[in-house]
Amino acid sequence: MPYLDAASTEPLHPAARDALLAAIDAGWADPARLYGTARRAQMLLEQARTEVAEVLGARPDEVSFTSSGTQAVHLGVLGALRGRQRAGRHLVTGAVEHSSVLHAAEVHERDGGTVETVGVDRTGRVEAAAFAEAVSRPGTALACLQTANHEVGTLQPVAEATEACLAAGVPLLVDAAQSAGRLPIPGGWSVLAASAHKWGGPAGVGVLAIRKGTRWRSPYPQDERERRRVPGFENVPAIVAAAAALRARVVEEAAEGPRLSALVDRIRAEVPRLVPDVEVIGDPVRRLPHVVTFSCLFVEGEALLTELDRAGFAVSSGSSCTASTLRPSHVLEAMGVLTHGNVRVSLPRGVTDDDIDRFLGVLPDVVRRIRSSLGVQ
Amino acid sequence: MWRRRTGGASGGDGRDLAERSADAGAGMSGAAEPALTIDALGRKCPIPIIMLAERINQVAMRDVIAVLADDPAAFTDIPAWCRLKSHEHVASYELPHGGWSIHVRRNY
Repeated sequence: MPYLDAASTEPLHPAARDALLAAIDAGWADPARLYGTARRAQMLLEQARTEVAEVLGARPDEVSFTSSGTQAVHLGVLGALRGRQRAGRHLVTGAVEHSSVLHAAEVHERDGGTVETVGVDRTGRVEAAAFAEAVSRPGTALACLQTANHEVGTLQPVAEATEACLAAGVPLLVDAAQSAGRLPIPGGWSVLAASAHKWGGPAGVGVLAIRKGTRWRSPYPQDERERRRVPGFENVPAIVAAAAALRARVVEEAAEGPRLSALVDRIRAEVPRLVPDVEVIGDPVRRLPHVVTFSCLFVEGEALLTELDRAGFAVSSGSSCTASTLRPSHVLEAMGVLTHGNVRVSLPRGVTDDDIDRFLGVLPDVVRRIRSSLGVQ
Repeated sequence: MWRRRTGGASGGDGRDLAERSADAGAGMSGAAEPALTIDALGRKCPIPIIMLAERINQVAMRDVIAVLADDPAAFTDIPAWCRLKSHEHVASYELPHGGWSIHVRRNY
């Protein structure tokens, strides 16, 4: 059954599986202790930290492991805001950030801080000039921007945002969850967040990197782990597996990235040709290599996912009827594009041309059937 | 109290969320009277859009259709449909008991 939902989670990389099994035996002890098995676990943990730091363009002592990408974002946003309290209480974010950023921003607002959300254009790209203007306001404590959008794949103007933040003396938190391991990480961040299961590592490992010199204070009760940045006993075997997946992924990406990107180009070109009344959304060029999203007029998103599942395809949707909130995705709303009948196709490592042929083969009939059930010809 | 959200042929401008609660107080005065009103209150997307697409040709060229809808998806999707179909989203007005009256001008 073709799995086309890599943006939700990438299947475990074989290198991660091997590393995980080995580290369960070798790295189970408490890395904070001083006996032999503990030192062995600590060595594995520090080795993984060095490897991940190298790929992300950080120093090992800047990198902490969290229990998820979401936790990395929560700690990154709230900790940086606490560290910068004396500079101000204003937070700037893009309108299409991951919900973890928006929910952390809500906490900040409830605590008396202010939040400014910078809008996006029709492709979902944050308006760089508006972002620069927002961060230059006095009292700005932190700015947040994703490297790429998780629902439509559009790359964000991180280089421009970095420049604006540098000029304004404001730290920039970069959420690299969707691009880490697939695209180089743009430099210039003060805080970086990522998630291992998006690059083929196991679930339960996030990365929080805090650039040396960045003011940051944990919003949690004090804990000794991870240089006092993240509470709780590290999951060493999973962290080792995450590092192994990242290393393998980066090596493969030179060939796999362009291959997946060509398949995305093919879907972007073929879907509007095969299915009437479809809008392919997101930037066609400045995008992630593996994500493509489109909306079908006159179709319920949930019906589309159910029918595609029956045909053997696992995809995702930002339509309201597929979400628990009954609200359409904030990303699609902010872009001003069709929110119903939405499908996100995201390609995992190793997806074949044949998988995409079959997807393009079944899609037109699935859409036609749903439309005719609603009386649309 | 009617609340107006500016629209236009280009549909939303990417700041829909910010504008949803803005522009309070601007009334409907000056807006073209709808030639036809479609009641899609309580209907989930895509039904309001299907109703609009079925009936847009029942009004004269350049006349306005009002769609009453309370599914939040309709607020974004009807302007997006206008953009895709080259009709004009005139404006969306908040209804006193929830939802919107979304005005669309037939262009062809």
